[in-house]
Amino acid sequence: MGVFEFLVQYMPFIAQGATVTLQLTVFSFALGFTAAMPLVMANLFGVLPVRLVSRSYVEVVRGTPLLVQLFLIYFGLPSIGVKFDAMTASILALGLNSAAYQAEIFRSAIKGIPESQFLAAESLGFTKLQTFRYVVLPQAVRIALPALVNEFVTLIKESALASIIGIVDITRRADYVAAYTFRAFEAYLAAAIIYFVLCYFFSYGARAIEKKTRIPGYKGG
Amino acid sequence: MDDYVLVMEDVEAGYEDHRVLKGVSLRVRRGERVVVMGPSGSGKSTLLKTAVLLVKPWKGRIVLDGVEVTARGVDIRKVRAKTGFVFQSYNLFPHMTVLDNIVLPQILVKKVRREEAVKRAHEVLREVGLEGVEHKYPLQLSGGQQQRVAIARALAMDPIIFFLDEPTSALDPELKEEVLNTLEKVAQEGIAMLIVTHELDFAEDVADRIIFMENGVVVEEGEPHKILYNPEKDRTKEFLRSIRRRRLKAEALHS
Ligand SMILES: Nc1ncnc2c1ncn2[C@@H]1O[C@H](COP(=O)(O)OP(=O)(O)OP(=O)(O)O)[C@@H](O)[C@H]1O
Ligand SMILES: [Mg+2]
Repeated sequence: MGVFEFLVQYMPFIAQGATVTLQLTVFSFALGFTAAMPLVMANLFGVLPVRLVSRSYVEVVRGTPLLVQLFLIYFGLPSIGVKFDAMTASILALGLNSAAYQAEIFRSAIKGIPESQFLAAESLGFTKLQTFRYVVLPQAVRIALPALVNEFVTLIKESALASIIGIVDITRRADYVAAYTFRAFEAYLAAAIIYFVLCYFFSYGARAIEKKTRIPGYKGG
Repeated sequence: MDDYVLVMEDVEAGYEDHRVLKGVSLRVRRGERVVVMGPSGSGKSTLLKTAVLLVKPWKGRIVLDGVEVTARGVDIRKVRAKTGFVFQSYNLFPHMTVLDNIVLPQILVKKVRREEAVKRAHEVLREVGLEGVEHKYPLQLSGGQQQRVAIARALAMDPIIFFLDEPTSALDPELKEEVLNTLEKVAQEGIAMLIVTHELDFAEDVADRIIFMENGVVVEEGEPHKILYNPEKDRTKEFLRSIRRRRLKAEALHS
C-alpha cells in the first residue's frame, strides 16, 4: 500500500479525533479566558500583594513545561487526595496554562491603549468601572484579537499532550494506527495534516472576524 | 466667591518629583473667557489638568463652581460632570460612532435617558456645524471635524466651564479656521472658558483676559489689548515676538 492509499484508508479514523481535540481546545480556551480576566484586573488595578500573586502566577506558569503541569494535576494531585478524570485534568492543565498567556495578551493590549483615552474618560466624569467597560475593554479586545487567535491555535496543537494520559484525540488515534500497521511515518503524517488543516481553518476564519471588527478608519496595524 | 466658576489659590502640582506648577493663583468669573499663553513646558497643560484634578495638586486650594474640590471626600466626578475638557489630540473614542461618543457620556454621567441624549447630540452637532456625520467613526473624519466632535461632546454635558488645551495646534491652517470659528460661536453662549492657545487673532477677538505663564508661574495677566500690544514684562514681549515671527514665516511659506 502506497502512502496515498494509506492516508485514504486511515485518515478518516484519525480525523474522528478532531472532535475531542476541539473539545479540549474550546473548553480550555474558555477556562483560560475566564481565569485571565481576574488575573489582568489584579495585575493592573490590584493592591501590591494582589498584584504580586497575579504576576507570580503568570511567571510560574510560563516558566514551567505544560507537560509537567499536566502531570502535576493528573498524577500529582491524587496523592493529596484530589482526583480528576483524564479529560478534566487535561482541560484544567491546558486552561490554567492558557490563562497565564491570555492574561499577558490582555495586559499588553490594555497597555497599548493610549493614556489620552483614559484622560478623556476621566475628564468626562466616567467611573473607573465605566472606563473599563466602555472604553478599555472594547478596544483591548480588538487589539488582542490576533494574539488570542494565535493562542487558540497554539492550544489546538498543545492539546496533543493530553493523548499521553489517555485522551483519544487526533494524536492518540495516530498512535493506535501506528501500532496496528507498524507504519508510524504515515500515521503521524496523517495526524500532522489534520492538525494543519484545523489550525489553518481557524486562523483564516479569525482574519475575517478581525476585518469585521476593525475600527473604521483605523490605518495602523 | 460665587461670582467665580474657578478659583485656584497658590496651587503646586507636578509629576512624581518633578514640580511643574510652582504656586499658581487664578480666578475665572462666570462666563469669562480666559486665554493662557506661554512657552512650551511652562505648565499650561498641567494647569488645565490640575484644575479638574486630572493631575492631583500637591498644595493649594481649588474651588470649582463653589465646591472646594481639594477638600477631603469630595466626589470629583460630580464636579467633572459640570466641566468640559477638549484636548489637543481630540481624544475621541475611536471604536464608537460620532453619535455614541456624544450620547454615552450623557447617559453614563448625567444619567440622561437615551432619547434625550440623542436629541441633545443632534443639537450640539448642529451647533458645531457637523450634521450628517453621526454614524461615522472618528477616524473617518478630518482632524478639524474630529476636534469639532470633541467640542460637541463636551458641550452636550452643559458645562459651566470649558477647558481647551491647544485645540487647534494639531490642525492644518484651513482646518484651524473652522475650529476657531466654532469656538467663537461657542464663546457667545456664556460658558466660561479657559483656553490654552497661541492664536493671537483668536485671543484678541474672544478673550476677556490673557494670562502669560512661564516656568510654572503666572508672569503677567491683563486685558488682551494690553498683553498683546503693550506687555510689561520682557519675557512676555520676547514670547510674543517669537510667535509673530513664526507666523510670518508660516505665511511666507504658504504664499
Ligand atoms: N504626564 C507627564 N509625566 C511627566 N512629566 C510631564 C507629564 N506631562 C508634562 N510633563 C512635564 O511637565 C512640564 C510641563 O508640561 P506641560 O505639558 O504642562 O507644559 P505646556 O506648557 O503645556 O507645554 P506645551 O506648550 O509643549 O504643551 C514639562 O517639563 C513636561 O515634560
Ligand atoms: Mg501643553
